[in-house]
Amino acid sequence: MDILRFITAGSVDDGKSTLIGRLLYDSKSIFQDQLEAIERAGQVNGQINLALLTDGLKAEREQGITIDIAYKYFSTPKRKFIIADAPGHVQYTRNMVTGASNSDLAIILIDARKGVIEQTFRHSYIVSLLRLPYVVVCVNKMDLVEFSEEVFLNIQKQYLEFAKDLNLKSIHFLPISALNGDNVVEPSNSMPWWKGKSLLHFLEEIEIHTEEESPAPRFPVQNVIRPQTTEYHDYRGYAGQIRSGHFTVGDSITVLPSGLTSKIKAIDTFDGHLTTAYAPMSVTIRLEDEIDVSRGDMLVVTGKEPVVSQDLEAHICWMDQKVMTPGSKYLLRQTTNAVKVSIRSLEYRVETSTHEKKEQPNLGLNEIGKVTIRTAKPVAYDPYSKIRGTGSFVLVDEGTNQTVAAGMLL
Amino acid sequence: MTSTHRLSHLDQLESEAIYILREVAAQFERPALLFSGGKDSICLVHLALKAFRPGKFPFPLVHIDTGHNFDEALQFRDALAERIGEKLIVRYVQDSIDQGKAVEEKGKFPSRNAIQAVTLLDTIAEFKFDACIGGARRDEEKARAKERIFSVRDEFGSWDPKLQRPELWNIYNGKIHVGENVRVFPISNWTELDVWEYIRKEKIDLPSLYFSHQREIVWREELVFPVSKFISLDGTDKVETRTVRFRTVGDMTCTAAVESEANSVDDIIREIQISRTTERGSRLDDKRSEAAMEERKKGGYF
Repeated sequence: MDILRFITAGSVDDGKSTLIGRLLYDSKSIFQDQLEAIERAGQVNGQINLALLTDGLKAEREQGITIDIAYKYFSTPKRKFIIADAPGHVQYTRNMVTGASNSDLAIILIDARKGVIEQTFRHSYIVSLLRLPYVVVCVNKMDLVEFSEEVFLNIQKQYLEFAKDLNLKSIHFLPISALNGDNVVEPSNSMPWWKGKSLLHFLEEIEIHTEEESPAPRFPVQNVIRPQTTEYHDYRGYAGQIRSGHFTVGDSITVLPSGLTSKIKAIDTFDGHLTTAYAPMSVTIRLEDEIDVSRGDMLVVTGKEPVVSQDLEAHICWMDQKVMTPGSKYLLRQTTNAVKVSIRSLEYRVETSTHEKKEQPNLGLNEIGKVTIRTAKPVAYDPYSKIRGTGSFVLVDEGTNQTVAAGMLL
Repeated sequence: MTSTHRLSHLDQLESEAIYILREVAAQFERPALLFSGGKDSICLVHLALKAFRPGKFPFPLVHIDTGHNFDEALQFRDALAERIGEKLIVRYVQDSIDQGKAVEEKGKFPSRNAIQAVTLLDTIAEFKFDACIGGARRDEEKARAKERIFSVRDEFGSWDPKLQRPELWNIYNGKIHVGENVRVFPISNWTELDVWEYIRKEKIDLPSLYFSHQREIVWREELVFPVSKFISLDGTDKVETRTVRFRTVGDMTCTAAVESEANSVDDIIREIQISRTTERGSRLDDKRSEAAMEERKKGGYF
């Protein structure tokens, strides 16, 4: 069994929480005591309020909105699912980015009565920027438009028109009613014109893209394991999680950014030695030579090196109340590396609903733009479009310690 | 490469948890692993062996003993710490009560669950712990479903669900000011079933409480409660002997048993797969109000 991680996005009241509730309810993943708890909390239009399953905070239940991401889990005999239920409000865009960063797929909900709206554009742009391989556009509330095929096809056409400029590799459309359960887990009797799969069936079947098959092996070092005991007197292992590709004993290794080289002597785990290890395994690698390797360094297979530079270009999503002004300094965290950086320039801000690039002096909360960055030390990375695990970073404000930006290297 | 190298869901969850434990070791000066002798924290210890052997753990195991624990869990705790040769620190809620810092609840179902936070915060201050690793899972409870893997608490130990740091990809930001503390949950993405399947796969030992046995019980609010010296019985309580096991192990005053014949991990997995109630359904402390867990977490509870 494998894991599919997905995010649900869409505007407020498009029915995200209801859809998740429906997925859990119809796949029999809700427990009796949880059902009793939401039944006690009251009904909506004579039905139990499935949205209450995900709105876990008091403030959310009071206001009937989702403020922060809730993670929900369910599994079918085919797959384990992790759902990031992200808020729809513009003011919580950063939370949507958080959820999308760990997902393989995005479900974008559209209210059939309203069609494609600004939030649809914004969320689709973020999904494209974060390069989620799959997008499933669920046209929800079909029961409120008399299950009309024409309405569905019009929305599909409108969305595809907008999406042609985006980097979305695979887009699927589904007409659903989350409230009634049409095409969520079971196929709908109300839409005989729809010949496709139900949402759950689709989620169970799609092939998940992983980075284990990447031709570029990457191993950022997390810790150096040196027991210094009698038994392990000379043991010196580099612990970490393989981000992409695979490593085999005997591989020639280059350590970045230093450029020192060696060969893999052993790949250790608590359960014994391995000949080959794949992403995303957490292992400990030993090298044949005693060279200087520490946390933040990256082991790569010689001949398959990433970019090493002090000048970076990236798209960033700004997540802090305090605006980002070029010239400001931050701590950049990428893989296991932490390095001081200065923002050199803000090339443009993107208007997410129109893709328009605008010049402006600074970047505010929830805004997305392209920047150039100068780092204090060389950084080894891959473009985000090639390897997410080495092309992503966050910026930390060293005064407040807050995570202020999510970045994707170009 | 072919898809035969794809990691199973348990292997993926294990790798993610090891990665998180190693991030704690790298990013903090004085971390601790909160260890109660329950199945989730036993899994954490097992994951720490995988993350740091052949080296020593870069943190001690810390137990906040409420004084209402099951003897079986305490014996298991001590034996495990000794077997793996790691340091165990125990601090007692009773001491906080004796010092007047915590006040025991009154009434028929007094619980030390809430005042546990007092002793925990004092212990964090005593050892200047900057990170506490815990075995909480997001599937347990709806407030926990909202929590980040690195969850920052202010100098009062308080969690503000509205001011959580964005947590992107698997880049964790553990930078904090002096006095603040991070609670780290490496098995956030595991479900109860994942934990049991992992216990089966890794052949992890557990306290006997988790397996079916005969025990004296009383019924309370439709839940099966173990008879112990910590609960007061009155004329309305009828003591019976039943075949039970515990699905979750906390204090004897707030952990209910379930009637069960399951006495192997395989039996337990089958039982959970068809169960219609959550694990937390047997925790009286969560049934107190809609936001019981959220309120406790705001108060410094782990």
